[in-house]
Amino acid sequence: MSVSAPTLITTLPGPRVTTSYWRLVGRRLARDPTTLTAGLLLAAIVLAAILAPVLAPYDPAAGSIRLRLSPIGSPGHPLGTDEQGRDMLSRLLYGGRMTLLAGLTPIVIACLLGGVLGIFAGYLGGAVNSIVMRTSDIFYAFPAILLAIAISGALGPGLGNTLISLSVVFLPRIIRVAEAVTVQTKSLEYVAAARASGAGSWPIVRYHLLPNVLAPILVFTSTQVSLSIILAAGLSFLGLGVTPPAAEWGLMLNTLRQSIYVDAWVPALPGVAIFVVSMAFNLLSDGLRDAMEVRG
Amino acid sequence: MTVDGLVKHFPVRRGLLRRATETLRAVDGVSFAVEPGETLGVVGESGCGKSTLARTVLRLVAADAGRVSFDGEDLFAASDSRLKRLRRDLQLVFQDPYASLNPRMTLRDAIAFNLIIHGADRGAARRRADDMLEDVGLDPRLFGGRYPHEVSGGQRQRVNIARALVLDPRLVVLDEPVSALDKSVQAQVLNLLQQLKAARRLTYVLISHDLNVIEYASDRVIVLYLGKIVEMGPAETIAESPKHPYTQALFRSAPSMDPAQRLVAPPLTGDPPNPLNPPSGCRFRTRCPHAIARCAEVEPAAYEISRGHLAACHLYATSA
Repeated sequence: MSVSAPTLITTLPGPRVTTSYWRLVGRRLARDPTTLTAGLLLAAIVLAAILAPVLAPYDPAAGSIRLRLSPIGSPGHPLGTDEQGRDMLSRLLYGGRMTLLAGLTPIVIACLLGGVLGIFAGYLGGAVNSIVMRTSDIFYAFPAILLAIAISGALGPGLGNTLISLSVVFLPRIIRVAEAVTVQTKSLEYVAAARASGAGSWPIVRYHLLPNVLAPILVFTSTQVSLSIILAAGLSFLGLGVTPPAAEWGLMLNTLRQSIYVDAWVPALPGVAIFVVSMAFNLLSDGLRDAMEVRG
Repeated sequence: MTVDGLVKHFPVRRGLLRRATETLRAVDGVSFAVEPGETLGVVGESGCGKSTLARTVLRLVAADAGRVSFDGEDLFAASDSRLKRLRRDLQLVFQDPYASLNPRMTLRDAIAFNLIIHGADRGAARRRADDMLEDVGLDPRLFGGRYPHEVSGGQRQRVNIARALVLDPRLVVLDEPVSALDKSVQAQVLNLLQQLKAARRLTYVLISHDLNVIEYASDRVIVLYLGKIVEMGPAETIAESPKHPYTQALFRSAPSMDPAQRLVAPPLTGDPPNPLNPPSGCRFRTRCPHAIARCAEVEPAAYEISRGHLAACHLYATSA
């Protein structure tokens, strides 16, 4: 039959659809139920923090002597009131804003700056590497919480200083990881093959190095987010971070701490919020690590 | 291509001040010539300097002494821009089919990358890459968009070969091109290399620790021991009558398929001596069954046994 040839061709496999790496990562993230739950929860919390002025039923700073420490479920105050009679729901919404800002900003700064410094140090090697790495080792020698307290103590309280001190805490950690993966990737044979074909430094960095070092750096950075949020809240709790009367989860935990004998549930709320957010970030980071794995 | 007195030493740094206390003589005065169109096999145990030789010859690491010239041009004296041009003529196929492909680049792009860095535009480079995939026996419509982890080791090695050949090189150094593959796949890849060589009039330097591979694919053979050439000659001559005691032992070490021969004591015992501190005189004397007093004192010169067949061993001193 004369039609046999065309039918043969149609049975050949067609061109394979090339999916980009990042689309693949997105699809894998969405398929994992734990990650999806954590992601949606975080999205809701971030959205609530951004929309706090719209969502909050009361002014977070407006107190009432008569309504101090109302229990959870009080009429008009679903999450009760704090020791000055301020609405807890409103304060948690505004507090989340501050805690997320104070926890996430240093991570973004440290990731950008640390990533660049670490990749430079790793790729260039030699004296540049020694200077960058030994300098970051000095900071790395102190425990995170001690370093954060020391720098914040020296600079004084306030949101700006919290951001600076936390950036300094996370910078050396990210530099370390970025340097390590860069050195490791640089020594792989596909980089040598590119060099053997006459590729200059920029194409090697752009096409071979960056795509392979960014994923590990991002995964590591994501594991540090929860720590950063806890540290930001911790600094406020110690009076070295955000100052009253602003609402911030760590600060709220501190001011409510004496009221724990009157009603244990309301003072626990900021702690629960910190726990839930950092847990969600950890789960998301685990999912991210799995989704970014190349060999699947 | 001629290689003359090539030396590559690695300083071993120890202690707080990282002073070079010892040197590792990975390649220690190696000279040979590769004739256009031939396959030169380089064989030796692990750690004898085979891979360092490959990288030094192609100026991927700087040599400490010696000269490599290609078509009469000194490779080590070439300027950066000239070197970039020369790299198109001299290509390298790596050993590890897993580490030698970027896991985040499709097979098509991995091949096209080499053309793009030499000034081709993206579309043309991808089309050439597809043609090249076809030449190494991979359907570009099926494999072009795949990532390295989605294909087998043999297929990856085909891509490695395609990536090297897409620049139309004249000489290709194959650094253990099949040692990571299954026996059956080895034969396929070796045959593919032979076909491509004939079709594109290539010259190969084939580095391997596997005598079967070397014997099967080479015209001439160099036997390397601790960074020095111990024997050199036509492949058939060396396979039939190896002269240097090391080469002889190497051939006898190949496992036999004969069940009765299974328990024969291995002719080579122990590890090679520490290359940081090689034996005086002949480097093989510590493991050599024929070692005499002279071997410890004088390093043997290369004696010509027959035309083009040289062995560096005092046993042949009389015939020189």
